This record gives sequence, C-alpha cells and structure tokens, in this order.
Amino acid sequence: MTRVKLLQGNEACAEGALYAGCNFFAGYPITPSTEVAEHLARKLPRSGGVFLQMEDEIAAMAAVIGGSLAGCKALTATSGPGFSLKQENLGFAMLTEIPCVVVDVMRGGPSTGVPTGPGQSDIMQCRWGTHGDHPSICLTPAYVEEIFSETVRAFNLSEKYRTPVIVAFDEVVGHMRERIEIPEPGAIPLVGRPRPTCPPSEYLPYDDSRGDVPPMANFFEGYRYHVTGLNHGPDGFPVNASPRIHTDELRLLRKVEGNRGDIVRFAEHRLEDAEVAVFAYGICGRSAKTAVDQARSEGIRAGLFRPLTVWPFPEEQVAALSGRVRRIVVPELSLGQIVLEVDRCAKGRCAVEGIHRVDGDPITPAQILARIREAL
Amino acid sequence: MSGRYEIRFSGSGGQGLILAGVIFAEAAAIYDGINAVQSQSYGPEARGGASKSEVILSDGAIDFPKATSIDLMLALTQEACAKYCKDVKEGGTLLVDEDFVHDVPAGDYNVIRLPIIRTASEAVGKAFVANIVAIGAIAAITGRVSREAVEKAVLSRVPKGTEELNRKALSAGYELVERRTV
Amino acid sequence: MAFDYGKYIRPGKLPHIWCPGCSYGIVFKSLLRAVDAQGLDPDDIALVSGIGCASRLPGYVDFNTLHTTHGRALAFATGLKMAKPDKHVLVVSGDGDATAIGGNHFIHACRRNIDITLLVFNNFIYGMTGGQYSPSTQPGRFASTMPYGNVDFAFDIPALATGAGATFVARGTAYHAAALDKLIVDAMRHRGFSVVDIVNACPTTYGRRNKFKSPTDMLLWMKDAFVPAAAYAKLSPDEAAGKFPMGVLHRVDGKPEFCEAYYGMVERLKS
Repeated sequence: MTRVKLLQGNEACAEGALYAGCNFFAGYPITPSTEVAEHLARKLPRSGGVFLQMEDEIAAMAAVIGGSLAGCKALTATSGPGFSLKQENLGFAMLTEIPCVVVDVMRGGPSTGVPTGPGQSDIMQCRWGTHGDHPSICLTPAYVEEIFSETVRAFNLSEKYRTPVIVAFDEVVGHMRERIEIPEPGAIPLVGRPRPTCPPSEYLPYDDSRGDVPPMANFFEGYRYHVTGLNHGPDGFPVNASPRIHTDELRLLRKVEGNRGDIVRFAEHRLEDAEVAVFAYGICGRSAKTAVDQARSEGIRAGLFRPLTVWPFPEEQVAALSGRVRRIVVPELSLGQIVLEVDRCAKGRCAVEGIHRVDGDPITPAQILARIREAL
Repeated sequence: MSGRYEIRFSGSGGQGLILAGVIFAEAAAIYDGINAVQSQSYGPEARGGASKSEVILSDGAIDFPKATSIDLMLALTQEACAKYCKDVKEGGTLLVDEDFVHDVPAGDYNVIRLPIIRTASEAVGKAFVANIVAIGAIAAITGRVSREAVEKAVLSRVPKGTEELNRKALSAGYELVERRTV
Repeated sequence: MAFDYGKYIRPGKLPHIWCPGCSYGIVFKSLLRAVDAQGLDPDDIALVSGIGCASRLPGYVDFNTLHTTHGRALAFATGLKMAKPDKHVLVVSGDGDATAIGGNHFIHACRRNIDITLLVFNNFIYGMTGGQYSPSTQPGRFASTMPYGNVDFAFDIPALATGAGATFVARGTAYHAAALDKLIVDAMRHRGFSVVDIVNACPTTYGRRNKFKSPTDMLLWMKDAFVPAAAYAKLSPDEAAGKFPMGVLHRVDGKPEFCEAYYGMVERLKS
C-alpha cells in the first residue's frame, strides 16, 4: 500500500494515533470531529484494538481513562460542546496522572454555535477548562501532515509525562484534504509510560522521590494499588488538609512547566529581520504565512511565529520576539483569547494587536495583510 | 503564490461534487505530484441546498486552503451559480450546465455552457455520473492535470463494478470540451 | 468458621468512614465472602466506584481499586473491561450515584450487557452530603431537600435494570446478609451485565428523619418488608402492600455479552 495519500485532517489524526500505538478509542459522534471516530471504527477492530461509541461524551472520556489504566494507549476526539462535557474526567486524568490524548476539532461559538464552521475559541478551555489548578499540554497543528505528526507527539508526551494531552485544531484543517506521506514504522520514535522496576510490595504509585513523573503500573499486573480523584499521598490514598496537597499540585504543574524545552514547539517564517510579526496557529497560521509572503513581496519586513504548542505557552520565545519587532499581530478565530497571552509575554515591549473573527469563516490572508500594512 | 490555480465545484448536495473535488485533488497530488488541497463548506443538510467543494493547485506551497480568487468555477444548478459565482476572478472561467443554469450573472469572466447532466443521463446512461463527466470537462479545460492521473484517481475512488461506466463518463466529459474547440 | 477478612483488607486503612449503625459494613463483609467463595485472584479483580459513602469502599480492599467521579464508575469500568475482558470488574455505587447522575451510564451498561457486576448500595438518600432525597426515595419520605415530605417519584431499580436490558437482576438487603453472599456470587458468575440492588440503612441522614428509632429498627423493617420473590408472587394485593420482592428477580442466559460480541468481530476480521 502506498504511503503517500490525500488525507483529511481528521483522518490524518486517526492515522497518527494508530502510528503512535493507539489501541483504544472511545468517543461520541459530534461535528466536526466525527471522521476521527469513523476512521478508527474501521481500523481498530482489524488490529485487535478497542473502538467504543459510548452513551455520551462524559462516558467516552471515562472509558478512555479506564482503558489507559489497563495499559492501552487511549484516545478520544470531540468538538466544542463535547469538549465541555469532557472537562470533568479530564481533570480526573490530570490529578490521577493517567495518560490519554483528547482531540478537540474546534468549531465556532459557545453552546451549539456554528457546528460546521471553524473556531479557535476553545483555546482557553484547553488551558483552564476543568476546575482546580492543573497542568495542560495542548498542541495546535495547522497542516494535515502536522496533524499526523503532532498526534504522534501527543501520545509520546502523554505517556512520558503521565498527563492528558490535548490536540486542538479547527474545522478547516480537520476537514481539508492534503497530501501526506505516512512515515515508515519506526521513523518517529515512540515513547511509553515510565514503568515500575520495584516489586509490587514496595510500589508507591505516586512516589515522587526519584523525579516528578512516578513510574506507572497498569491494573491487573500484580501491582494492586488505589487510584482516586481525591488529593492523595505517595501511596495513592486520600490525604486531607496536608502540606502534601500543595507540594503535589506544584509537582503536577512542574511536570509540564519544568519541561518546556521538551514540550514547546513552534515554526518561524521570515522572522530574522522582521519589523512586524504575526503570531498565529491553526488555520490562522496558514493564512498568516500567505499574508507574510505577500507583505514581503511588497517590501514589508514581516514574519510569522506559529506555535505548535500553545500550552504551555511559548513565553520565552514571545518575550524575545517582542523585543525585536515593533508590533505583533494576532489573528484568531475568537473574540480575543490567545492575544491576551501574547500581550502578557510582550510586557509592553511592542504593540500587540488582535484580528478577530467568529462568523464561521476563516480569517483571510487579505485581512492579515491589511493589518500588516497598517502596522508600519 | 506563483502558479496558484483555484477551482470550485458547485451544485446541489447529493450531486457528488465533494467527491469530484477529492478525485481531482487526488489526481493532482497523488498521481501527478502537483501540490493540491481540497476543502469544502459543510452545511447541516446531507442532501439538497447549494453545495461546494474547492481544489487549489500550485507549483509552490499551499497555505491558505480556501478559494478567494477563482480561476474556474463549475455550477451544476442555478442556485449554486447565483450563490457562489462572485468569487470568480477577472478573466476566470465559469462553467455551467447549459440545461440547468439559464441565468448567468454578468461578470468579467468567460462563460462555458455544456450539457453535463444531459450527457451523463443520455450519452452515458446514468445521471449520477454527472460529477465524473464534470471532472473530465474541467480536466480538459484547465489542462493542469494529466488524463492518465485523472483516470487513475477516478477508478480508485468509484465503487467496484462501476469502473466501465465511470471511464465512459470521464471520456464523455473530455469530449464535450474537445468537440467544442474543434 | 471464622472468616479471615483481614486477608482482603489493606493494612492501616480501617476504620472506615461509615457512621455507627450504617449497614454498609455488613454488605462490605458479604462482598468479601462472595469473592472468597469464588477463589478469585485479587490481581484479577478491579473494584471501581464513583462518589458517595459506598464509593469509599474500594480504598479498603486489596484489589486493583479505582475511585472515580460522581456517577461515572460504570463508564470507567467499561474501559477497563474492554481493555482486559478476561478480568473481573466490579462496581459499587449508591442510589444517587448509580441512578441520578450516573443514570445514563447505568441504562447503557444494562443495554450493552457488558460483563460487569454492579452493586447498588441503596439507602434511599444522599448520605455523604447530608441527607438529600435521591431517585430511590419513596414518595412521602423526608429528606433535607424534601422537608415537607417527598413529592417526587422513585425508581424501582431492578425494574429499571430489567427494562434497560440487564441479564441478571437481583435484590438483597443488609439484613439478609447470608442470602446476599449468594446473590453476589451468582451475579459475578453470570456472563453479562448483573445488578444487585442492595437495600441499606442510613440511620444518620435517613432513619432519623423518617421515624426509625434506631439502626436496629431499620434492619427489622428490612426483615419484614422484603420477601423472597416466589413467596411475594403469591401474596394478595392487600398482603403485598408495603412489601417488596427480593432474590433473583430477572435472569436471561444466552444473550450475547458485549466483550464477546466485540472480540468475536475482531476474530472474524482476522480471517
């Protein structure tokens, strides 16, 4: 079978998951992410994996965590309203440190909104969607080939750091078809969860004395232990009003924030001598690249910073960028979310200005080009 | 943006225009090695309404995947023609079904009228292969994708047992254009 | 014939959180005896719970234990079971956890007929949060959120499970503990989704509000009100008033179990 294909973004996501070793999917139908489930419904049973269409989004998230705890590499995919419903158990996976990947194919609007149009207004929910302090890793591919590779990376990061990883892309890149060359098996290294080496009698599931990511035993392997959504001690059992809660929550954040060098990934385009930079991800990153090239052809020194990791936010990179350019333009399919982060990191070193659109159509290169011209 | 060529397939839902876009993009990207992306706008309805599918071809990278300055637009219905033809660029081509689109909005583009649906139902024998006839016609008009690539792409996507029918439909599409130019 | 509960209980995890007079301890012991009677390896058992008083039970037991979110235990359990279909997956839940917030997961686990055993610790009240009425609180009963008597209606949990497609449905009580052992054994041995509705006493938040003088009174009520299903069927309408059937209430053998159906499909696709 040829490894060069014309694939939809959602299909590439499913293929990336399979490449990463995903053998468990649970989901619920929702536009515009359903093709991820449909693709895996065809593929997973053929490789002996589990495909489950659950009774609702909440159950799908729960089943994924159960599957992962039993040793599977587990995935769910959803969109806006479904992503809201996932938050409860997403928080459970974060606190109990059970790896899993959640795909959010972003559509427009709050509530039912614009089911068939693109949006990027879930991006703060990707960071802060579930209650309580918690870590977040969120990857934001913009090209079909990138959806494949970032889905593989999501599984790797999730296993390595024992934390859920969100892959968020918009309806346009989820539904568009583009040429993709599927890498040979082994070309992208795969990472598994850290595993205990001690005998079961000595196993402490949340022992952080040797590092921030404790080894994880799967259920039914002889390491009988307790998993709870209550704050817990090294042995996994609940603790109340203990200093351990504070230090353990700091550890959960540190797993992610302390490994920015490994997690944060981005693409730069013509930024070397840029006077005006565009900060954009997903479909806006694609529009921006065209706009930057057009601006350059007009003699304007423009460049693009396109994050592939939005959470943790590329703080250092944006801070450095803000010291080099006069203005950062931030196109996003929301009324102003990620622009706040850019502004926070720019700390007044340059002007930061958003372009916002939420009518279910993408921001065009012409819209961005107009703002680039105005900037000078 | 050098060599960027934008095509829009439009008609009513159920006419197979999304598939037509996918096949055309596959012919270009997989079989001819040209950069191509395909996208579509979805509505809530699976059948009826105006529907469109877009293919961008380019020598270089394709970043923005939607058509905004269309080189060639196909309209199989009056409704789709009226709704979508505004994006056809100056000097572009508007290809319409001559039986189903009577009222072509005035514009600075070339209009080509072909009996696409009639050819499918009468000459080929099945109205549902109108999308394949359209692919043949568009491939002939644009000359951007090789006939061999288009044929391979069509045959790899259509249901088993319908290969001959679709091959015939594709040829009929090419012939509509070739006959017109001689 | 002293039973050694200690071999299943995690060292240092008792005392439990349940109030004096709560009947959950009786059911807890029945569960351990039932597991022991089957000679199962604790490594092969997962015990899953949601939120509520009953949901603290897994923490005390030396199995693979998973204390999840409110109402969602069955959905987590479905993930575990589908990943490892040869293992035993048990869920303990309260009446509110299983049939209010978890009602959707409950009926769909029944429909799917997945080989999981659900034990509903049914005490007619939300105990942990202090005595709010639940979907199993009978009309007229009192709760902190029905201070003038319950004007809402109750689920008949076995009927709900039967209607939704569960293939083993039973009811037991904390009073009839020896009979309960056998119901739990039969439920776990059944291939398919099994539900045991276990009537329990919450003297602290339910008994006091509903004219039970003591925890013992609540157990004595169970003794009188719950009648073996065969005997219940012979009661006249007058005799049946205020009484409820117990024992195995519904059983279907031979309906395909979900894991078998799924992995059967996987096998077919290989050929």
